[in-house]
Amino acid sequence: MTGKKKDARSGLLISPIENGTVIDHITAGEALNVLRIIGITGATQESISVATNVSSGKMGCKDIVKIKNRELRKEEVDRIALIAPRASINIIRNYRVYEKKGVEIPDQVMGIVRCPNPGCISNANEPICSRFKVVPAGLRCIYCDWLIAKDLTSYII
Amino acid sequence: MIKHIISIRDLDRGEIDAILEQAGRIRTRGFSPRALEGKILALLFFEPSTRTRMSFEVAMARLGGTSVGVDSVEASSMSKGETLADTIRVVSGYVDTIVLRHPKEGAARLAGEFATVPVINAGDGAGQHPSQTLLDLYTIRQSMPLDGVNVGLLGDLRYGRTAHSLAYALSLYHATLHTISPKGLELPGALFNELRSEGTKVIEHHDVADVIDDLDVLYVTRIQRERFPDSSSYFAVASSYRVTPELLAGAKPHLVVLHPLPRLDEIDPRVDQLPYARYFEQSRNGIPVRMAMLQKVMQ
Repeated sequence: MTGKKKDARSGLLISPIENGTVIDHITAGEALNVLRIIGITGATQESISVATNVSSGKMGCKDIVKIKNRELRKEEVDRIALIAPRASINIIRNYRVYEKKGVEIPDQVMGIVRCPNPGCISNANEPICSRFKVVPAGLRCIYCDWLIAKDLTSYII
Repeated sequence: MIKHIISIRDLDRGEIDAILEQAGRIRTRGFSPRALEGKILALLFFEPSTRTRMSFEVAMARLGGTSVGVDSVEASSMSKGETLADTIRVVSGYVDTIVLRHPKEGAARLAGEFATVPVINAGDGAGQHPSQTLLDLYTIRQSMPLDGVNVGLLGDLRYGRTAHSLAYALSLYHATLHTISPKGLELPGALFNELRSEGTKVIEHHDVADVIDDLDVLYVTRIQRERFPDSSSYFAVASSYRVTPELLAGAKPHLVVLHPLPRLDEIDPRVDQLPYARYFEQSRNGIPVRMAMLQKVMQ
């Protein structure tokens, strides 16, 4: 995607960014959740471009996110793996791909997902963040053992 | 490193066996009444409990230690809005070990993060209750090896925390689990799938009579009235899950019937007289097992 311009008739026009991050190969339909999971909301300052359901040779259909002037840190990148395990991260400097990396599913996620169990101590007024262990079946709450096996995105804080 | 006992999932098979063996030694060979002399145990019970609280207190007393504690949120600084984290930090400075019961799931895990002394979970909401699981295992082990045992789990398997923890622990011993529960109170799907994915044989039954003759252990749990819309539907279900002498007529001679207690109508009182009934002994076993747990974390 980066650096390759398409004309308006081809149906997609996202200009390259000078500096920042391009998240490519996001599972189609998950781009907005990717932004949520890395903490980018309408209230933050970043300039963002989002393309959804773009045709992809590798994936059939994919989403792309471009974030101007912000390079994602490793822990932010790895969070993305929870909902878009095939995503690739391109760090852009001066219009060139400075670094390209995949995402790795982390062992634990902290403060990103809320425990769905209303009886969990992590939902009480205590000085702790939610914490989940990543297991093959999904995310298991460190505190109450509740397993989030599906609909992970509905629990993103 | 501080040794907490928060969840049965934190213990591997070797650690479980070590606690059960120590409990066995305490029971058969005796123990030093001064083993924990000078040590102080905090019993923080923010939810009602009779047998768990008393048995921890007795276990500590038998080993020569002292217990102090609170019995309710109202009697503690939590009624003034103090967080559990702060309560634990403060109490850690007073005692050698904390035993915690709390209505919120995961409370003991949080306590373990803030405590500077060992924490033993004595039940956190619908979550974990490892000392109960250990005494359940201990009682089975008194009669037969745990490996490959055929266990029937009967009753409310959806909300019954003792059944969840026991099912998980038994999976470490390659047990075969037979689940028998009313519709809507089945073992949670996530746990069911987890047990199966780890190679445990889990077989669902609708009627305990179909499987009773094959069981080595029948673990009965309470079916709570509040899970049903009205009394008549509760009684209809409860009566079909009731353990009676007639049900046990064809059982294996070594069958062990267990119940974490308190029981309501799940077990006919006539069963108490049969050699299968081991639930009161199970309850008594809480003392040596909790003595072994206290020794594990404090010595």
